[in-house]
Amino acid sequence: MSAILPLRLEEVSFAAGGRAIIERVSLVLEAGPSTIILGANGAGKSVLMRLMHGLLAPTAGRVAWSGEGARRRQAMVFQRPVMLRRSAIANVTYALEVAGVPAAERERLATDALSEVGLRNVARRPARVLSGGEQQRLALARAWALHPEVLFLDEPTASLDPGATREVDTIIKAFDAAGTKIVMSTHSLGQARRLGDEVIFLHQGRVAERAPMEKFFPQPASPEAAAFVKGELPWG
Amino acid sequence: MLDAIVSGLRLVATLDLRLWEIVGLSLAVSLSAVTLATLLGLPLGAAIAVGRFAGRQAVIVVLNALMGLPPVVVGLFVYLLLSRAGPLGELGLLFTPQAMVIAQTVLVLPIIAALARQSVEDAWREYEEQLRSLGVEGVRGALTVLWDIRFSLLTAVLAGLGRASAEVGAVMIVGGNIDGVTRVMTTTIALETSKGDLPLALGLGMVLIAIVLALNTAAHLVKDTAQRRFG
Repeated sequence: MSAILPLRLEEVSFAAGGRAIIERVSLVLEAGPSTIILGANGAGKSVLMRLMHGLLAPTAGRVAWSGEGARRRQAMVFQRPVMLRRSAIANVTYALEVAGVPAAERERLATDALSEVGLRNVARRPARVLSGGEQQRLALARAWALHPEVLFLDEPTASLDPGATREVDTIIKAFDAAGTKIVMSTHSLGQARRLGDEVIFLHQGRVAERAPMEKFFPQPASPEAAAFVKGELPWG
Repeated sequence: MLDAIVSGLRLVATLDLRLWEIVGLSLAVSLSAVTLATLLGLPLGAAIAVGRFAGRQAVIVVLNALMGLPPVVVGLFVYLLLSRAGPLGELGLLFTPQAMVIAQTVLVLPIIAALARQSVEDAWREYEEQLRSLGVEGVRGALTVLWDIRFSLLTAVLAGLGRASAEVGAVMIVGGNIDGVTRVMTTTIALETSKGDLPLALGLGMVLIAIVLALNTAAHLVKDTAQRRFG
């Protein structure tokens, strides 16, 4: 299997309702470093990830994966997980079934994935009655079972308490350790530092800055990112 | 008046054969029609909800409008189809219970399809990104959502059943209200009331209300239990 990375975005723009949300973004995502997408509300973080993942089609420009079958070899975890009204494990086996995994292997792969996120003991419980933190871990288990080459996470802990956030962070690190490329947006600078190797800073739909984590945090180069990090309003 | 009610109750309580034959046929016709309309209407509604095709808005408007089809018009339409000179006249179905099932299916199909379309569309808005991310598209997406909201869809099916069991016009026209063959609760109530035989009419009316109430209670309990069980 050839790798689907690097992912190339060439002059990608996206507009909705006559408003430009992403404007002429060009960047290359390589395998390896965990990439954190930072930016204020409305900067275009979620839209950029959806363009990369293929949930949105760019209105101009091109999103190009390197290898064949890229669609199946990436997964996305959303801010609010959507679970089907069936057991936790059935939500994972459903994803495996869609991905074309033979029936005989689904149960074992799903059980492994649930163990990985610490949900093995609730495998038979209906997914929708799990707590918010458990549901998000279940979403991660669903992704884990698919062994994606790239995992997109759109503010995965924005609606979770600190305890659940720590658990999710640990799982994201496990993905990284297993060789999955992490691309995550977050509002938490602490989380960005804990999990990221590099930062892409978006401002009004454009990439204002891209830097390794150890350079970005002491002193961002762009004035917008500097203001953001200091907690100042960029228009203040 | 009181006498009529008492006599009506007596007919129900004594399991009057004539009365229960009529009740049995009514249930058989309406349940068959609703089953058929459900099998056709749920996939149809889901396809319209999830599909993206030209003229979709027009289809939705027409479907919603068809929910209000007058039963007599449906009866007339099916009558023309099944009458000796009609395109399906060869089948000889006019004035049989089958003709009544066909008429009620036509009447109820838009109700079930339109309500299912609305429910699936609302659910699809919630599920779409997640399902597309997993690589689920088209028919599989529609079926996944249908199955996931199956308990909410009971409401659509019940609305159809309520319509089917309550209507007079369609079954009257295509069934002909023939004693012992195509006489159902509603047509009997209409006929007996005009003849002045109030006890039978009242007895049937009470049975009709009791059945509708029982079905709705059962559906409510199923839905409620499912909600607590699956979230």
